[in-house]
Amino acid sequence: MIGDTAAAVSRPSAIRRFLVAVDNRYLAPVLVTFVLLVGHLSFGILESYTRTALAILSAVITEVVLGRLIYRRWPHLASAYITGISVGMLVRTPVVWPFVLGSVLSIASKYVLRVRERHLWNPSNFGLCALLVLAPATVTVLSIQWGNQVWPLIEIWVLGGIILWRLRRLHLCAAYVASFLLLAGVRSAITGVPWLATVAPITGPMYQLFIFFMITDPRTTVRRRSAQYLVVVAIAIVETVLRLRDVVYAPLYALFAVGPPALLIELWWDSAKPHRASIE
Amino acid sequence: MQRLFLTLVFAALLVAVVVLDRTATSGRTAAGGDALARHGFRLDEVSARAGMAFVHQAPVFDSRLQGIMPIVAAMGASVSVADVDRDGWQDVYVSDSAIGSRNRLFRNNRDGTFTDVAASMGIADVNRAGTGVSMGSVWGDYDNDGYEDLLLYKYGKPELFHNEQGRSFSPVTGRAGLPPWVNANSAVWLDYDRDGRLDIFLAGYWSEQVNLWSLETTRIMPESFEYAENGGRKYMLRNRGDGTFEDVTETLGIASRRWTLAVVAADLFGTGYPDLFLANDYGVSQLFANRAGARFADVSRDSGVGRAPKAGMSASVGDVFNDGRLSIYQTNISEPGVLIQGNNLWVPGQAGATAFENLATSMGVDLGGWSWGAQFGDLDNDGHLDLYVLNGYVSGEDHTSYWYDFSQIAVGHSAIIADAANWPPMRGRSLSGYQRARAWINDGAGRFSDVAQAVGATETFDGRAVVLADLWNRGALDVIVANQRGPLRLYRNTVRTDRHWIGFDLEGTTSNRSAIGARVELRWSGQVQAQEVSGGSGFSAQNDRRLHFGLGSQAGVERAVIRWPSGRMQTIDGPRVDTIHHVREPQ
Repeated sequence: MIGDTAAAVSRPSAIRRFLVAVDNRYLAPVLVTFVLLVGHLSFGILESYTRTALAILSAVITEVVLGRLIYRRWPHLASAYITGISVGMLVRTPVVWPFVLGSVLSIASKYVLRVRERHLWNPSNFGLCALLVLAPATVTVLSIQWGNQVWPLIEIWVLGGIILWRLRRLHLCAAYVASFLLLAGVRSAITGVPWLATVAPITGPMYQLFIFFMITDPRTTVRRRSAQYLVVVAIAIVETVLRLRDVVYAPLYALFAVGPPALLIELWWDSAKPHRASIE
Repeated sequence: MQRLFLTLVFAALLVAVVVLDRTATSGRTAAGGDALARHGFRLDEVSARAGMAFVHQAPVFDSRLQGIMPIVAAMGASVSVADVDRDGWQDVYVSDSAIGSRNRLFRNNRDGTFTDVAASMGIADVNRAGTGVSMGSVWGDYDNDGYEDLLLYKYGKPELFHNEQGRSFSPVTGRAGLPPWVNANSAVWLDYDRDGRLDIFLAGYWSEQVNLWSLETTRIMPESFEYAENGGRKYMLRNRGDGTFEDVTETLGIASRRWTLAVVAADLFGTGYPDLFLANDYGVSQLFANRAGARFADVSRDSGVGRAPKAGMSASVGDVFNDGRLSIYQTNISEPGVLIQGNNLWVPGQAGATAFENLATSMGVDLGGWSWGAQFGDLDNDGHLDLYVLNGYVSGEDHTSYWYDFSQIAVGHSAIIADAANWPPMRGRSLSGYQRARAWINDGAGRFSDVAQAVGATETFDGRAVVLADLWNRGALDVIVANQRGPLRLYRNTVRTDRHWIGFDLEGTTSNRSAIGARVELRWSGQVQAQEVSGGSGFSAQNDRRLHFGLGSQAGVERAVIRWPSGRMQTIDGPRVDTIHHVREPQ
């Protein structure tokens, strides 16, 4: 018995073994699937299975077609899967086409809006912002709460936290949340709105996806750790400014506005490095 | 080259999004011009001329709700019609909602004018401190004496008034056994067990534990924007036949604490028994299937109507395809750029199927605004049921919006959203205010187009309740609109003279005398349209109990088949058109 216990202690836990063994690229899809299942099985957040499936399918097909067309290779489908689920979960509309076009635009943005072989926008962030700005009469984004049980939220945050830690992205998440809470206090002081009302959005599902899959997206965040902190805080500040202007989808627009310039600056900085080195 | 092509396709897709978005809202509004010639009818606002001068006053609740008073006190304007004195002309009852304010009963003078007789008949002074204020009313002859009695539901004490042969009303609440306090926005009369006596279904909105004038706590708000189940309880009150009612809600299996704003009872599954559809705010709608009067089965999810949570405001039924099937129309919230729930038009499957499909978008009746009361009726007498829908929540200062703050709190966990103290103050701002009504005309081929502006319904008050009634007995459905904190509006309908119609004024004998639940199937020119006598529909409203059928240019009807609530069938062959038939249930 003691030996069994000792052996158990000496063996890594199943989760740890899974986290160590699994390809990083599969972790985010695992997490987004978990978010989807928790959200839907707990509260039925999906308006329709078929529309969510349509969004995923549209994203995957677009990824495959463009991957073959542009790079003549079979692309990894993790990004398309995450994008499709995000669009399927977040888009709220009585019509069907936004689920298709939202996914197609999201994935296509990776292939069109590029600088030095890096895409600038997080795909679903671009797709959602495009739909919100261009189709305000028919498209909105899920901006209500999950429901009233705390445990699904805790589960998502725990698993999300573990995966982000594994991906070395947890500090981004923590920095954003800290900035948000602090700036919520600032907004409360400026507007006279109760602080709890100003922090309320972070308890909603849009923020779970925003925090775990958009601001931490490795492909569209800057590489230096110090710069990452700067960018995340900048996103939170721009979001605050937009919120003070009563912009409902402030976080999405803030990331849309801050992320690409930050990447461009980093690209410029990197390209200037040899030149600077030669001068030195 | 490949990149350029991809970029062009990408740009084209962005343009496509804009075009599709515009398409969703354009093409649904018909052009102007001579409304009568172009659309077949015209609405003239005649409330002042008709003597219906009335402006609704909203309630004022506990001072701790002051910051969000326009939201919590956003309802109360209601209207219902009934022939109170059995003179063959419809009278109009409207509610006021401030403490000390008086409701109005506009008696039809049969000459196009109305006289308020509420005070003299004893149903005006009903908004007294300590008893709550009016939210709506429905009429039904609960004792089968031939006169329509009045059920008044309130944020407070529900009240029942017995109609003393059209001369006055007697309060009978005490002996009737109604619940002492219900914060209700909806109620219907129905004979759920078909025993010939009208029962009451009364639906709470706020919890019945809450006294909005004297709060024990500010934790009274919905616990969720989409999953709230901390609203008021529901009451099915069975008529014992001796002037008293018993609470059989639990026995019948109706368990709901959702925030119900509207109820409609109709036979949706062809069983002959009335089913119940509840349009719930802050959550999914509910459909209770009547199992032979013995119990109700919650078929919300299986039927499809209870899957996607929205903010249900109104419930009405109508045979939109002229195929004898009743569809359910539920209004919700649509605010461009913020929240697009879209209204629902739940169309039943083929005979025998129990599932409904939402066809509101494909039929063009999804996007109205922040929609409230809606009613089906053939406004242009072309033989197809149209839809009249009111819109607009809180019209505060122009060009201001509370939407951002509203969306912020709506996301919050129950610990935040459920406490009114956490809600950002409105400070006079609007929330989906200044919206206009929609008069959606059914083209008979599966599409509706909005002609409200063209036919004369141009005002932008905060509409709540709408009823359709033939106030002049001319074979045209007039429109009466109760506006929150606004004036009562009466739109007199003028329909093209080449269009025919037929009406049925039913009187039960074995069935309840109001004939509520009776179904008429009218067959003409290869079409069949079904309508049921309703004990309340829309939002805080009750239409003309008489059934009105437009016939288009057809001057003849093959037959009318009446299924009485008792189950008795009656066929009238070749009834004369352009007249209202008074039909008494055969003994």
